[in-house]
Amino acid sequence: MSATPSSLAEALRGVLAHAAAARIDARLGPAQALDLAAPDWTRAGAALAQLGARLAGLWVDHGTQPWQGLALFARGGEYLLLRAALDAAAPALPTLSAHYPAAERIERGWRDLTGVRFDGLGDTRRWLRHGAWNECEFPLRATPAPGVRTPGDTDYPFTQVHGDAVHTVPVGPIHAGTIEPGHFRFATVGEQALQLEIRLGYVHRGVQVLAMGRDAAGLLRLAARVSGDSAVAHAWAAAMALERATGIEVPPRVLALRGLLLERERVANHLGDAGGIANDVGFSFAHMQFSALRERWQRRSAELFGHRLLFDTLIVGGVRGDLAHAGIAALLADHRELRDALAPLTDIVLDHPSLDDRLIGTGVLRAEDARALGCLGYVGRASGQDLDLRRDAPHAPYDTLAVRVPVYAQGDVAARLRVRLDEIQVSLELMDALLMRLPAGPVLTTWQPPAGGGAGLGMVEGWRGETLAWVRLDAAGRVICYAPRDPSACNWPALERLLPGNIIPDFPVCNKSVNGSYAGHDL
Amino acid sequence: MLRILNRIARTGTLTEALDDTPLQTLGIAVKRRLDARFAGSLAIRHVDAGSCNGCELEIHALGNPYYDLERFGIHFVASPRHADALLVTGVVSRHMQAALLDAWQAMPAPKLVIAAGTCACDGGEFGCSYASAGAVDRVLPVDVSIPGCPPTPAVLLRGLLAALGRNR
Repeated sequence: MSATPSSLAEALRGVLAHAAAARIDARLGPAQALDLAAPDWTRAGAALAQLGARLAGLWVDHGTQPWQGLALFARGGEYLLLRAALDAAAPALPTLSAHYPAAERIERGWRDLTGVRFDGLGDTRRWLRHGAWNECEFPLRATPAPGVRTPGDTDYPFTQVHGDAVHTVPVGPIHAGTIEPGHFRFATVGEQALQLEIRLGYVHRGVQVLAMGRDAAGLLRLAARVSGDSAVAHAWAAAMALERATGIEVPPRVLALRGLLLERERVANHLGDAGGIANDVGFSFAHMQFSALRERWQRRSAELFGHRLLFDTLIVGGVRGDLAHAGIAALLADHRELRDALAPLTDIVLDHPSLDDRLIGTGVLRAEDARALGCLGYVGRASGQDLDLRRDAPHAPYDTLAVRVPVYAQGDVAARLRVRLDEIQVSLELMDALLMRLPAGPVLTTWQPPAGGGAGLGMVEGWRGETLAWVRLDAAGRVICYAPRDPSACNWPALERLLPGNIIPDFPVCNKSVNGSYAGHDL
Repeated sequence: MLRILNRIARTGTLTEALDDTPLQTLGIAVKRRLDARFAGSLAIRHVDAGSCNGCELEIHALGNPYYDLERFGIHFVASPRHADALLVTGVVSRHMQAALLDAWQAMPAPKLVIAAGTCACDGGEFGCSYASAGAVDRVLPVDVSIPGCPPTPAVLLRGLLAALGRNR
């Protein structure tokens, strides 16, 4: 961690003359904190946008009195957390959406859950709220009384597109295949999409409310189920927040094993997605090949770590099981086998005329859009965004590893596939390195809640990208605020930007190539 | 093309369990029940009513070459009007309640309902709240429950057998 105030914080102080100096706070990991008054929020946002910082997270901490607005900005490996106390009677913040377009829906979501007013927000439509609670109810203030049967969200005011040949195609919330629910509203002329508007919130399960009152173990169980494909990423982010809140040292063996689990999760998902992308353009050969590799990978996870999707493998201060010598040997052999299997498969997938025809030039996300939206993971990296927490602000075990970050400029489906295939190779290298130098020692250390309560920020580079968790505990060690931020929150809007100009039959492959989490977004 | 044929030849048949493994026993039993009840096929409409996506990943796995679900005559369909069974995952989020009921209404009898995964069976980690109507049986009549967080593909296959057994 840097011991001097970051250049972002210093530059911001030049703009906001009366802002306090940024504070270095170990509970925030690589981030520094800057307190400011709510009215300065927009000016700070404008200045940070000028400085080239992206908006990484935006939360309302409803565990403090009064509540706090939190906005996390990042540039390279620098992180700056802005904090503003909210008025207790009428909590309000100026919107950041003028400078950060992705903030709009995030703010609408917080407004629906907390009642915090975001002044200047152009789009005031409901977002996470459908029919389960009323406009004047806010689940994070007082739990709404559930109705007997919740009506469908049939009157959401979608943006209308007018024109002689324009027609509207509504899709969802139930889709044709086995995927999560959401609604896509297309305006098309012929086969070509003019506009896509996404409506999410169908799988809002009330994660933030359910977290309240839980102990650390209960929080981690919930975190693993924020988005089932990212069980390790969300559980690690939450565990890291709790561990930082107390300030404990986590044993090196635990950190190495967590790194191994996170990379295993990345490989499993990338294998699944590579097959899924091929399947969405009818190339079932590759779909079957990748899904077989994924199956073998999941079986090894079940055998060595107790779960095919690695649920509940992390606990606060540790990991649930140790890895024996035979396990290490088996994994190293698996890695060799996977490399051998992938070499000819990659060769085919990246050089096959019918696949090239469908994937190259399809669903292009321009670099400027990716930058403006703060796109993360393979979505950002396929559109020129050279970001990876594991390299830019590395925590253990990544601080001693060389993480290669594949970046492409094309921004199309093919590039998003290529990033995934490259990242599998990087993960295999990292896992080999972790296994060959696996530190000895315990796989669990004692954790106690911070005396008098407190908060922490956890951040890990999950398979979808930077995954965050803000956690606050009360003096009894119970959760009073859990605010996870799945990378999908930053990537969903990209789908709306990359789709216009493509034909509707290419939507499934475009969607798969982005593969946003519905559950992780809806919470 | 030659590269693809070469890979296919080298991969061989991965589909498991030709003689005595539990998977095959299960599969044959499922097939017999299907032959008796549904003239050899079962069409499933899956609905994620509030899942974390874990169950969906394991349902996908049923289609991989190791399980190859379709060899038993079981397949997934897009329209509920073409479905014999509704496979529901997740708690029923209140925001999905209407859509789930619409899908169920659209199905022809006998409308088997299969609740897959711990959330769908008993509410799991999410239960009943302002946002969640809870387990599937609080919203729809459930014929068979397949617990597990998530249920493994082998467990899912066993659950399908139970679904058919119950409705003989």
